Amino acid sequence: MTTEMIPNTAASQTTKTQAPTTPVELGPPGDRRSSALADMWVVARRGLLHMRREPEVLADATIQPVMFVLLFAYVFGGAISVPGGGSYREFLIGGIFAQTIVFGGTFGVAMAIAADRNNGAMDRFRSLPMARSAVLGGHALANLLKALLPMAFMSVCGLIVGWRIHTDIWHAAAAYGLLILFAFAMIWIGVLLGSSLATPQAVQGVAFVAIFPLTFVASTFVPTSTLPGVLKTFAEWNPVSSLSGALRTLFGNPGAKAPVGAPWSLLHPVLYTVIASAVIIAVAAPIAIRQFQRSITD
Amino acid sequence: MSSTFAIEAHDLRKRYGDSVALAGIDLSVATGSVCGLLGPNGAGKTTAVRILTTLSRPNGGTARVAGFDVLESPREVRRRIGLAAQDATVDGLLSGLENLTMIGELHHLGRAIARRRGEELLEQFALAEAGRKLAKEYSGGMRRRLDLAATLVAGPEVLFLDEPTTGLDPRGRNELWAVLDTLVDEGTTVLLTTQYLEEAERLADEIVVVDHGRVIARGDARHLKRQVGGDQLLIVPVNPDDLVPVAAIVERVVGVRATIDRPTRRVMAPAAAGAAAIASVATELVTAGIDVEDLGLHQPTLDDVFMTLTGTPAATDGNASGASAVPGASAAPAAEEVLQ
Repeated sequence: MTTEMIPNTAASQTTKTQAPTTPVELGPPGDRRSSALADMWVVARRGLLHMRREPEVLADATIQPVMFVLLFAYVFGGAISVPGGGSYREFLIGGIFAQTIVFGGTFGVAMAIAADRNNGAMDRFRSLPMARSAVLGGHALANLLKALLPMAFMSVCGLIVGWRIHTDIWHAAAAYGLLILFAFAMIWIGVLLGSSLATPQAVQGVAFVAIFPLTFVASTFVPTSTLPGVLKTFAEWNPVSSLSGALRTLFGNPGAKAPVGAPWSLLHPVLYTVIASAVIIAVAAPIAIRQFQRSITD
Repeated sequence: MSSTFAIEAHDLRKRYGDSVALAGIDLSVATGSVCGLLGPNGAGKTTAVRILTTLSRPNGGTARVAGFDVLESPREVRRRIGLAAQDATVDGLLSGLENLTMIGELHHLGRAIARRRGEELLEQFALAEAGRKLAKEYSGGMRRRLDLAATLVAGPEVLFLDEPTTGLDPRGRNELWAVLDTLVDEGTTVLLTTQYLEEAERLADEIVVVDHGRVIARGDARHLKRQVGGDQLLIVPVNPDDLVPVAAIVERVVGVRATIDRPTRRVMAPAAAGAAAIASVATELVTAGIDVEDLGLHQPTLDDVFMTLTGTPAATDGNASGASAVPGASAAPAAEEVLQ
């Protein structure tokens, strides 16, 4: 309120302040150099600022995985046994890593795009001489960087509850690299959702109804061998399972070894996860980009 | 670019499904002038602005802005325009300075220059103190000013303002008008849309009246007002029962047809005879013993123009309160009753 001005000072201020300071030299519009990457970084920086200023939108990347660790490690964990033996808490962390990346990867970017489509920001961007790809690219980049946060968070949280990396640094690096690759694939699903659904509220709804269960019908929290018929087959080929399995393998955690007679996806979880990520990117990205362009033009 | 017209549009058409938003609009706005696109909600004003600012593709017609075709060279157009959309689209989670810096960077001014330009504009728009506060904490007037500042970051040749004062209180509106005056003095070409007749008259060199996607009149305020027939003799009797006798006196004394508007308790008649007519009518009214609240010459407002051109009041439903909130804007006569 104190910054409110008294009537008509806008004009007098204009004339007053222009005289003493030298105006900023802008140069002719035709001479300004641009690059798509620089534009993308400007949009990404904005996205990261949004996350910092509205930390509650980071809940899916921070509080939620911790909540799941605590819930499963201490509430349900006692009733679940890991095939081949070993600590359930160590088994659990690979699954929650996977779940967090699926949920956070799709949800964050979908919310950001849906919000921008609803608050006029898209029109603002489109009236600027920026690269056409920068808005989408910036959102994707910001959310990819955002995915690093829960990875760090989860690692610390895991260490606290007793999870350990039993392999070497290269396997661990491969595990984190795989998470980033999968996050990148999930972002395109998120772009598709954010461009297709009308409002951020709708995104929230779909995320809880569709994506959340997807992370449960997998080997995230329980071994797939415990699931009945169709669900079992679905879980075995669900990339969330293979990602969980791949992480357990690369970190050397219990439950990594697929049972005898398990399908190919579980026997080669790392390779299957890489292939699944590549397929998701190859299929979802072009559709998502087209849907995004359609959602912002009339 | 050295063209005399900063905006040239020919036969712009736009359909959304079955509904026609623009049914063929021509516009030519001289460089350095202010054009007011005036019309009620749904007239096609925003659609026209969206096409001219490259946000929307027309179904037909051509448009050049700042010397470039909006369809062929949209990026060149975008380098040279500023757009303040209907709802202030400042980013609430960024500070005022961050908002302006981001837009400067996306205009490729370079980060340092963008930032200095942002600070300069915050100063100009009396937002320097609030520059580091998040925009979501700004008042409505401050957001509007920041929005306007954002359109100026890259020194646009052509400025598009879509209903710039909608939602502002009278004070905020006066502030914004003052800022626009300064811009126009500096030579920026401005196209603004408004539902406020007073605003178009106050700001625009040329007014283009649109309705149902068509231009129904154009010219300066004086020209448009002449279309309703110049000054009117206006008499407001104290007692509504006197309306008919008053009209009779006017017709007898001045020799023209008088009009009764019951809701506003007014008798109106073309006042070609001017002041002389007032004097003789006044004398007659005293003789007849009729008390009057108001007696004088009434200049037609743009509301009257709109009424004459479209047969409907300019301010419809929800906008009625907005229009009448503009100081000096009178409500359009609701029902006319012609005395034979």
